[in-house]
Amino acid sequence: MFEIKKHKILSPGISLYEVYAPRVANTAEPGQFVIVRIHEKGERIPLTICDYNREAGTVSIVVQAVGRSTFQMVKLEKGDNFLDFAGPLGQPSELIEESDEELKNKKILFIGGGVGAAPVYPQIKWLSDKGIKADMILGARSKEQLILKEDIKKTTNNLWLCTNDGSKGETGFVTDVMRRLKQSNEMNYDLIVVIGPMIMMKSVSELSLEYGIKTIASLNTLMVDGTGMCGACRVTVGNETKFTCVDGPEFNAHLVDFNEAMRRQMIFKTEEGKDLLKTQKETEEHNCSCQQA
Amino acid sequence: MDRFKKIDVKVLSPEVRKCNFEEVCLGYSEEEAVLEANRCLLCKKPACVQGCPVSIDIPGFIAKIKEGDLDKAGEIVFDSSTLPAICGRVCPQESQCEGKCVLNKKGDPVSIGKLERFIADYTNINNSLKIRKNPSKGLKVAVVGSGPSGLSCAGELAKAGYDVTIFEALHKPGGVLEYGIPEFRLPKDKVVKKEIQNLKNLGVKIETDVIIGRTITVDSLMKDEDFKAVYLASGAGLPKFMGIPGENLNGVFSANEVLTRANLMKAFRDDYDTPVFVGKKVIVVGGGNVAMDAARTALRFGAEVHVVYRRGLEELPARVEEVHHAQEEGVIFNVLCNPLEIIGSEDGWVKAVKCIRMELGEPDSSGRRRPQEIEDSEFIIEADSVIMSLGTSPNPIINKNTKGLQLNKWECIDAEDVSGKTSIEGVFAGGDAVTGAATVILAMGAGKNSAAAIDKYLTDKYLTK
Ligand SMILES: Cc1cc2nc3c(=O)[nH]c(=O)nc-3n(C[C@H](O)[C@H](O)[C@H](O)COP(=O)(O)OP(=O)(O)OC[C@H]3O[C@@H](n4cnc5c(N)ncnc54)[C@H](O)[C@@H]3O)c2cc1C
Ligand code: FES
Repeated sequence: MFEIKKHKILSPGISLYEVYAPRVANTAEPGQFVIVRIHEKGERIPLTICDYNREAGTVSIVVQAVGRSTFQMVKLEKGDNFLDFAGPLGQPSELIEESDEELKNKKILFIGGGVGAAPVYPQIKWLSDKGIKADMILGARSKEQLILKEDIKKTTNNLWLCTNDGSKGETGFVTDVMRRLKQSNEMNYDLIVVIGPMIMMKSVSELSLEYGIKTIASLNTLMVDGTGMCGACRVTVGNETKFTCVDGPEFNAHLVDFNEAMRRQMIFKTEEGKDLLKTQKETEEHNCSCQQA
Repeated sequence: MDRFKKIDVKVLSPEVRKCNFEEVCLGYSEEEAVLEANRCLLCKKPACVQGCPVSIDIPGFIAKIKEGDLDKAGEIVFDSSTLPAICGRVCPQESQCEGKCVLNKKGDPVSIGKLERFIADYTNINNSLKIRKNPSKGLKVAVVGSGPSGLSCAGELAKAGYDVTIFEALHKPGGVLEYGIPEFRLPKDKVVKKEIQNLKNLGVKIETDVIIGRTITVDSLMKDEDFKAVYLASGAGLPKFMGIPGENLNGVFSANEVLTRANLMKAFRDDYDTPVFVGKKVIVVGGGNVAMDAARTALRFGAEVHVVYRRGLEELPARVEEVHHAQEEGVIFNVLCNPLEIIGSEDGWVKAVKCIRMELGEPDSSGRRRPQEIEDSEFIIEADSVIMSLGTSPNPIINKNTKGLQLNKWECIDAEDVSGKTSIEGVFAGGDAVTGAATVILAMGAGKNSAAAIDKYLTDKYLTK
């Protein structure tokens, strides 16, 4: 059992949990993920690590309610437990292999979309701890979903916000901000790291290819075990099949077959959708009886 | 009674069992077991024992069943095997003990596997096993992976007096026994859990959710957590694909994925959250135990199932009993053909599989006749999904993240025969991680042998003045 030490609601349906998992905290690196389960009958859910504290033995994750299991998960509160919390899994971000010197000479742009801001955070924080401040574009549907912007602001140099509905920052997609930067000759980066919905990573990747900027994307494929045993997470990268859980989750975005990746994400979608409705209905019914009691 | 005819074991009828996940084989009653035991000639030089990878005293325990001394019979079996209730169910007896039985010359061999299962179940149900355990030696040993190899090594070391912790990457112990082999062949609560409980009773600790090489390294186990020796039993779970066009279409799965969803995640039960998809018509590619398990699992989800295998029926590497059960349940075998391409619909789902007919040519290095394509014999089978069951290679995480650990050319851990010594001092390895995908009994035997080698290593190094 892994106890929740802190719980913060970042926005409706998006929660941050700081979980006591000393073994994971001890070896976690930026770019890696964990697999969690909340109860005996629950799915194994992969979540990218958002922060870790080796001294306190805690690891933070951010969860957005999208399917049956994540809907159940965001109901957890401080003092509750995760039944399983396994990790860190996957390859650490390539950045941590580089020397401080190399990193200082590199202009890096991070792009986070929606809850994708969470897995970007440990990378910019890691750099910031070394005195390197990168730039970032943070995008979301609307201002409520622009999560962690205070923490990110502290650890970045330039932070550009954008929302689809214009409720905060620039109006439009992260790619619109990229285009504006390009026009004003500010798109002079050596590396882009993008994390967010598959469709957004695809658009960013297409644009950055046009601009000739190396781009890393962190893929959120379906997974079961997360240890290389099932192949549910396979993706095509540069015409080769890779397992996201052991070869990734970060890959050279320009080589990723995003169309295939998006299609494979949908394999259980119809069933998942049905399940979600079931859970919502159960919750409504549950609320009723609770109010009576 | 006819000495040359075995006592048939009761099974669920195919019509009933193909719709549920209940155990197919019901096993012998005590009366049936005694009758079957009475067929054994109790040979002075028993060939069956030579056929058993862990040398169980087969005539010894069968004699005790004849006499009705079931407690003693159980003791004899558990003396040589840590997991007999499991082995009795999943060992390929026809090529081991039963294959060597002298009765083969005149009729049916003694059903040694069924007798082993009977006596192990009897012993487990009645808790009649007296555990002999040495006093604590005060030394810690880590076992990586909780499949049959890790379990047997841990059990032996615990009996010898070591303080043993098993580290398992998944949330449940058991390895393939838990995630791979289906409920209808190996019941989880009744058998696997019970055998694991036996180990816990011996004092073995099990830490799940720990991925060695990621959560903590082998090096750190030894340096920071004071484990004096480590046994690597991480198995061979990495599924192979064919590398043919269309393999990443939606609806193409590895057998491991389907089986893990069904077994470990219990997708066959409505009250569990993990989904599984098999469609109406499934093609299973391959002919081993894993393919049979995947085929019969898909069948139980309501699909029409075709096994596509490149050699003939005779050559199917699966246990004879599984092939037989699969046929009875209605799995269709398309042998001597091989997939060339998976054809997808416009939206990227499997629509059909293009296959080619095969014939058997000259024997290859393994002695099996090599399958070769028959020219211009392509044909198409329609299907909603394809399950690839082409074998597996060693789990990659530990092999890639353990400094100084030597691998062989098959990417398996390079370990000395019998002892399982690896290139790192104090680190031993065995089971599928060393041999590549093999069998439960071989993995278990390797664990037992390494336990003896670890005991010797630690005794020489720390316990002899
Ligand atoms: C579907 C299926 C059916 C089979 N049917 C039969 C049969 O009928 N008869 C038969 O004899 N054999 C059968 N086999 C083969 C048999 O199951 C294996 O040979 C045997 O389980 C190997 O045992 P093992 O202990 O070496 O590895 P495994 O059982 O594979 O166990 C390895 C364990 O190590 C864990 N692990 C891996 N990496 C790490 C890590 N880095 N850190 C921590 N833990 C780790 C894994 O999660 C796993 O639990 C079958 C196999 C499958 C897949
Ligand atoms: S999640 Fe199973 S192999 Fe990657």
